[in-house]
Amino acid sequence: MYSNGYIFRYASIMVILVAAILSAAAILLQPAQERNVKIEKIQDILRSANIESTTSNAEELYEKYIVKEIVINSAGEEIGVYTNGAFEKGDRRAFLIDLKTELKAKQQIKLGKPAQEPVFPIFVCHIDNEDIFIIPLYGMGLWGPVWGNIALKGDLNTVVGVTFGHKGETPGLGAEISTDIFTAQFPSKKLFDADGNFSSIVVVKGGVANSNIDPAHGVDGISGGTITSNGVSAMINDCLENYVTYIKNQKAI
Amino acid sequence: MSTVKTEREPMFSAKTKKLLIGPLSKDNPITVQVLGICSALAVTVKLEPAFVMSISVIAVTAISNLLISLLRNTIPPRIRIIVQLVVIAALVILVDQILKAYVYDVSKQLSVFVGLIITNCIIMGRLEAFAMANKPWPSFVDGIGNGLGYGIILIVVAFFRELLGSGTIWGFHVMPKAFYELGYVNNGLMILPPMALIVVGIIIWVQRSKNPDLQEEN
Repeated sequence: MYSNGYIFRYASIMVILVAAILSAAAILLQPAQERNVKIEKIQDILRSANIESTTSNAEELYEKYIVKEIVINSAGEEIGVYTNGAFEKGDRRAFLIDLKTELKAKQQIKLGKPAQEPVFPIFVCHIDNEDIFIIPLYGMGLWGPVWGNIALKGDLNTVVGVTFGHKGETPGLGAEISTDIFTAQFPSKKLFDADGNFSSIVVVKGGVANSNIDPAHGVDGISGGTITSNGVSAMINDCLENYVTYIKNQKAI
Repeated sequence: MSTVKTEREPMFSAKTKKLLIGPLSKDNPITVQVLGICSALAVTVKLEPAFVMSISVIAVTAISNLLISLLRNTIPPRIRIIVQLVVIAALVILVDQILKAYVYDVSKQLSVFVGLIITNCIIMGRLEAFAMANKPWPSFVDGIGNGLGYGIILIVVAFFRELLGSGTIWGFHVMPKAFYELGYVNNGLMILPPMALIVVGIIIWVQRSKNPDLQEEN
């Protein structure tokens, strides 16, 4: 028979040993893990501007094509400009902004609760002598968060490309938002209507052709993935509305 | 003078071989013991995650069997389940961290299922039934055998689900274009979890009709 003392000693030593091993592993592997997350973010940004990258050349391509990172506040003013590895204005880098926290802050302020002033990132990509503006998106799908990037032409109106990602939408249904079949519908869609009012892009249940939505502002939804489709519509609207003032200011200049 | 021969068992005696081969066919953890079904449904949409999952489970069963077998004479019986769980959980967390660092894409696809290896009944079952009462080497082999038995079913299921559901194998398109032109369509149902159950069911059916001694009498 084992004494109680033995059992306690045994359990304590075991737990301490295991804790030490796991902490060591976590510390040793952390740099590699953080790099993976960063590279994934870079690849998503590049892909929305139709630049294909691999895990090995993503950082290099990012340096080459993304010429400017802009941070704006909700009044549409640039509060941070980062270009060629140095700050031109302010001290916020668009790449380091966590959109989820900023959107939460915006929500808090709407509800009248104290929160930090939200800021929003824009990436400027220079390719084939043209500036492409990339705006990250974040919202909710059916089972969890959905996110993405939307790339706009120099007119800040016409879509060049989009990417979507999701945490755990239903395979074959909602998860289809991240496939090419769905994202291929977005290029050449427009954010603003003929009068210059923001009208976003809506994912339409039952197809654009059967609705009264202008085909320039709608894409076909996914059968069986209505809630995810609605989530994507809401995400595009909620994220892009933060940029409307900024875009209008840009056009006025 | 008496010659007491302490015969050393060879590394791969008939008995250890049986530990390795048994789980692959007549003692298979999924099709015969019906353990670990949950993850078999979840990670078999594509071959690559199924393969990584199999490797992870093999590593965890083998190493946890080995560790528990080494410790078996020191573990107080009253807390043995806790000790087993700590060993399994530690190994699974290690595997998860390593996957996140080196095969990030696959680790994203496997998501929570790596963590759920902890609750995979195959592993606890082998520790309790085998490693607690056997020497380290046979325990290690038993772990590998059961991991393989689990993995082989996962890979067979994933092969059919990926081939029929997406027309690809390991991400490469293998279904000839001509088929699609003739009106062939990928079967979307294969991607959904219920089809994994049906494929596992078919495997069990084939296996039982080939091994009449597996059939229950009723």
